Amino acid sequence: MLAYGQGRSYGDVCLNNGGVILPTENLQRFIQFDRDKGILRAEAGVTLAQVLALVMPQGWFLAVTPGTKFVSLGGALANDVHGKNHHRAGSFGCHVSAFELHRSDGERLVCTPKQNSDWFRATIGGLGLTGFISWVEIKLKPISNFYINQQIYRFANLQEFLSLNDSLEANWEYTVAWIDCLARGKKLGRGLYMAGNHSDNSTADRQTIDQPSLNMPVEAPGFVLNRFSVRAFNTLYYRKPRKNISNVHYDGYFYPLDKIAHWNRMYGKRGFFQYQCVIPPDKAEQSLHQMLDTIARSGQASFLSVLKKFGENPAPGLLSFPRPGITLALDMPNRGPKTLSLLDQLDKITMHNSGAVYPAKDARMSAQAFEIYYPEWQTFRQYIDPEFSSSFWRRVSPAK
Amino acid sequence: MKNILILGATSAIAEKFAQNLARQNCRYYLVSRNQARLDNIADDLKIRGAGEVICHAMDLTETAKHEPLVQDAVNKIGKIDVVLIAYGSLGDQAACESSVELTLRELNTNCLSVISLSTLLANVMEKQASGCLAVISSVAGDRGRQSNYIYGTAKGALTIFLQGLRNRLAKKGVQVLTIKPGFVDTPMTKDFNKGLLWVSPDNIARGIEKAIQRRKDVVYLPFFWRYIMLIIKLIPERLFKKLSL
Repeated sequence: MLAYGQGRSYGDVCLNNGGVILPTENLQRFIQFDRDKGILRAEAGVTLAQVLALVMPQGWFLAVTPGTKFVSLGGALANDVHGKNHHRAGSFGCHVSAFELHRSDGERLVCTPKQNSDWFRATIGGLGLTGFISWVEIKLKPISNFYINQQIYRFANLQEFLSLNDSLEANWEYTVAWIDCLARGKKLGRGLYMAGNHSDNSTADRQTIDQPSLNMPVEAPGFVLNRFSVRAFNTLYYRKPRKNISNVHYDGYFYPLDKIAHWNRMYGKRGFFQYQCVIPPDKAEQSLHQMLDTIARSGQASFLSVLKKFGENPAPGLLSFPRPGITLALDMPNRGPKTLSLLDQLDKITMHNSGAVYPAKDARMSAQAFEIYYPEWQTFRQYIDPEFSSSFWRRVSPAK
Repeated sequence: MKNILILGATSAIAEKFAQNLARQNCRYYLVSRNQARLDNIADDLKIRGAGEVICHAMDLTETAKHEPLVQDAVNKIGKIDVVLIAYGSLGDQAACESSVELTLRELNTNCLSVISLSTLLANVMEKQASGCLAVISSVAGDRGRQSNYIYGTAKGALTIFLQGLRNRLAKKGVQVLTIKPGFVDTPMTKDFNKGLLWVSPDNIARGIEKAIQRRKDVVYLPFFWRYIMLIIKLIPERLFKKLSL
């Protein structure tokens, strides 16, 4: 068995090929909402979009949000997702105050940081393997309006990114950088640094956006995204003159891809791979340099490449991905063995530098790599429900 | 504030319908068999902004209890602005064919008990000279087909009943809305393989809300079922009887 929420994980952590899945789409009720303290308890199938539609008009926001609002609370917990404010707020799990776990033997465990705390740690980031999460309680954060004050800085290479980040991080709640993965040589790692804070003086437009406004009706032909089209896009995007400071609506700021339903179809029938790794701070510059160089040389265009520095806040889960360091996220059109071998090369660099790869976005890491990235798996294993498994788990634990 | 009576409130479509309106501070009277599930829904609706939620657990196929139920609803919420009748059962056609008892039970659930409730509620609304009686029928009632004609019979008879009722109440300012959904992905249809034509309960719920606002009489949901059923109705019987639909 495996619980299945919105199916937004990029790889196979949400799949259970040949097994049974337990969809949570009918578990979408709110259970308790303390409007004064900002504490919300809801069934695990409730999506972040539904949470925002409820709490934003009351002056609350998610303490941590990933780049899409179309994920369920259960999924956000099981993957211990993170957002652009990791350096301040830590991961999603840091703001979970309680949840209920159903075990296949009928036992129901209410888990909090104090009560059943070992189950709490195993289940946050536990990829749904410890049992069925039926409800989740989260702590929200107060906001005064729906806008984000955004400032964009251009950086010419990786080193500039790092020093820019050091100087800006303390003043900005949200930070993330887009990089041009095809730039080489001196321009290697050039990109745009986007910093944001909740705006404090906007009264405009208090509408939540609950549905995509555009749709990608069919798959694009495979040739649309190639190194030339992506290079052209990247150069234009990097060079595009823009206002340095702007006040932007929260939805466009946090969830740009949510505007287009089925945006993944842009990658055509063969789809794409996501790769997200984190490298410890002391080794980050040199290994990211190596990775970006490897990618640029391969000519395999990554359309959306993102850099972000994680903070020191320890993630609560045994298998949580976020840890101190720099994280790089890429998506790559699936070109078969060529792409897989490039990703294997990136894995080698990550392994060699004591980094880790994010299971929620993975579809191909080896069992050996997983073991190195997540040494806690030995402890974690004791908490797996005997009736629960996933395609991902069977892939990374063949001999375990 | 609107007063809304929902019969079969734990049905997936009804629950979404209630959720979508909750932000408008509505008052609800909810009826279904399962008290615990009603309580969950009531908590959810209150968090979403519902003014008041009254839950009543009973089996709606017991027609003898309909009069006290309607009386209680009127006593507790007063004027009834919207009624949504959403309960039903998709019986096993093959089992019905070999059991008269089962056939009659399905007809009672999907048709007779609904007619009983509609009759009582129609009289209340006729007296208040306002309100909307929205009843979920089905595209299955548009033509008898071998695969589910017991369900189809119940929904077809219900559709005709509602047509007559609409004719009677039109002069009194009461809206009678016949809702004909196609394939909806709900617990009732959990055993079906879902294809292109299937939609979510939320999709249907939004369609119902819109149809009530626009004071429609009959609505196919999603809209394209009107044309699918038109084609199905146009096939000559001589040919139709040989098809396996």
